Amino acid sequence: MLKDITLGQYFPGKTVVHRMDPRTKLLLLIVYLVTVFLASTYASAALVIIFLVTVTWLARIPFKSMVKGLKPMLIFILFTAVLNLFYTKGGTLLLDWWIFHIYTEGIKTAFFMVLRIMLLVCGTFLLTYTTSPIALTDALERLLSPLKKIHVPVHELAMMMSIALRFIPTLIEETDKIISAQKARGADFETGSLIRRAKALIPILVPLFVSAFRRADELATAMECRCYHGGEGRTRMKVLRFTRLDLFAFFAGGLLLAAVIVLRHFGL
Amino acid sequence: MDPTTPIIEVKNLTHVYSAGTPFEHVAIKDIDLSFRPGELVGLIGHTGSGKSTLIQHLNGLLKPTSGQVLFKGENIWKDKKFTHSVRGKVGLVFQYPEYQLFEETCWKDIAFGPKNQGISGDELDARVRRAAGFVGIGDDLLEKSPFDLSGGQKRRVAIAGVIAMEPDVLILDEPTAGLDAAGRDSVLENIRAYQRAQNAAVIMVSHAMEEVAAICSRLIVMNHAGVAMDGTPAEVFVHSEELTEMGLSVPQVTTVFRLLRERGIDLPADVYTVPYALARLAERKEGRRC
Ligand SMILES: Nc1ncnc2c1ncn2[C@@H]1O[C@H](COP(=O)(O)OP(=O)(O)OP(=O)(O)O)[C@@H](O)[C@H]1O
Ligand SMILES: [Mg+2]
Repeated sequence: MLKDITLGQYFPGKTVVHRMDPRTKLLLLIVYLVTVFLASTYASAALVIIFLVTVTWLARIPFKSMVKGLKPMLIFILFTAVLNLFYTKGGTLLLDWWIFHIYTEGIKTAFFMVLRIMLLVCGTFLLTYTTSPIALTDALERLLSPLKKIHVPVHELAMMMSIALRFIPTLIEETDKIISAQKARGADFETGSLIRRAKALIPILVPLFVSAFRRADELATAMECRCYHGGEGRTRMKVLRFTRLDLFAFFAGGLLLAAVIVLRHFGL
Repeated sequence: MDPTTPIIEVKNLTHVYSAGTPFEHVAIKDIDLSFRPGELVGLIGHTGSGKSTLIQHLNGLLKPTSGQVLFKGENIWKDKKFTHSVRGKVGLVFQYPEYQLFEETCWKDIAFGPKNQGISGDELDARVRRAAGFVGIGDDLLEKSPFDLSGGQKRRVAIAGVIAMEPDVLILDEPTAGLDAAGRDSVLENIRAYQRAQNAAVIMVSHAMEEVAAICSRLIVMNHAGVAMDGTPAEVFVHSEELTEMGLSVPQVTTVFRLLRERGIDLPADVYTVPYALARLAERKEGRRC
C-alpha cells in the first residue's frame, strides 16, 4: 500500500528533542551539516557519531528506523565507496591487479565519504522524525521573514507549502481508495506492456484530479468564509518561543562545532 | 448450486494495518463467517469496528495477515489468476462510489468492469443495458457524461458499474450514505431487484438501522474488531441494551416497544419494523376483545 511509505515520516512524541523549537532544530541541522564536513579525522568523526547517537537516544527514535532510512541510499553509498576506493592515490599501494589499484589513502577516503553520507542522512531524518511538517514550515516562515522586506511573499509560500503537506496524506489515501475501487472492477495495473500500463492509470488519474480540484475549491471557499486575506496583520495561535531548552541545544551544537574544529586543527 | 453450501467463507481472519511500524493497528481479529447464495446480509457496527476492512478481504483487495477467505471452497489467494477472477464474481461497491467515475459517458463507465473480464461486442452492450436497467438509468442517460448527473444518479451509475460484472456476491459499503429519502429507497430497491433476479448473496454495510431492519434477512454486528452478534434481525434487535452499549442505535419502534414493556405492558421484544409492530398491536387488541 502507498500508505506504508514511511520515509522521513514524523514520529509523534514528547521528548526534549520533540519539544525543541523547530527553528532551533533547523538551525542546528545546518550547524551539524557543517560539522560533518569538517570532521575529517577519526577522533572528530567519533565525536559527531556520539552526538548523533545521543540525540537519537534522547528522541527515543528506534535505531531500526534510522537504518531503514538509510536503505534507499544504499546504491548511492556503495557507488561513492567504490569510486573513492579506486580513484584516490596516495599512501602505500596495497593492491595492484589489472586496472585496479588500491592505496591506503583510498580506503581512508572511501571510509570517510561513506560515513559522511550516512551521518548526513541520519541527521536529516532525525529532524523530520521529530518535527511535524507543519512545524517545519512554520519555522521556515519565521526564519525567512526578514525577506518580506524585499517583497518576497514568504507567508504565501509557507501557506502553500503547508497546504501541500497537509494534503499529501489525504491524496495518498484517496489514491489508495481509487486504486482499490478500480481493482474491484477488474482493473489490472501490474501486467501488460508499458503503454497498456500507462493507459491503466487513466481510471485512477481522472477521479484523482476531479477530487483534488473539488477539494481545492472547497478549501478556498472555507478559507474565504473565515476571512483569510493573506499574511498581513495575521497573528498566530501557537507563537514559537525559544526556551532554556533551545539555549542549551544551541550551546551543545556550538560546542560540537568548536570541538571538531579544534581536533581538526591538531590533526587528531 | 445447493443453496445451503456457502459461497464465501471466512476462516480465522485477522488483519493488522501497518504491521511492524509505530502505527500498527489490529483492524479485525479471528473472524469466522460464511455467506450463502440468496442471502441479504446487513453488516453493522460502530465507526472503526472493521467493517470496511472485512469486506475488502472478501474479494481479495486486502491480503489477510492470517486466516483464509474461501470462494466456493477455494482459497482466493491460491494463485494470481484466481484472485483476479474472484474480483469479478464478488462485486464490491465502495463508499461514495460516485467519486470513482472517470469515463466520458455513463455507458463506457459501466462497461469498464465487464470489459476487464474480457467481454465485448453485443454481449457487453447487453450487460451494460441490463445493469443500467437494474438501477433505473434510462438509455438517454447512458450517453451523457457521468459528471453531469445528480448525486443520486451518479451513485446508481457507479453501482451499475459493479452489477454489470454480474457478480454472485454483491457487497456494498454504505450504499445509501448521503442520499435523500427518495434516493435511499430507490437504491435499496435496485439492490433487492438484483439480488432476486440473480439469487445473489448481498452484503450491505450500513449505519441506518431502520434500513437494515426493513430489508435484511440476516444481521452481523461487529464490535472491537470481532463479530459480536450474528442472526436474524429479530434475534439481534432483542438485545437492544447491548447494541446501545456498543454505540449502535436500534429501530425506533423497537425502542418504543421496550419502553412500553418497561411500563408493564405485555408486548413482544422482537419487533423491529413498523408494519410488523402494527400487526402485533392489532393482534393484541383483538386478543383483548375476545
Ligand atoms: N489503510 C489503513 N491503514 C491503517 N489503519 C486503517 C486503515 N484503514 C482502516 N484502518 C483502521 O482500522 C480500523 C477499522 O477500520 P474500518 O475502515 O474497517 O472501519 P469501519 O467499521 O468500516 O468504520 P466506518 O463505519 O467509519 O466506515 C479503524 O480503527 C481504522 O482506523
Ligand atoms: Mg467503513
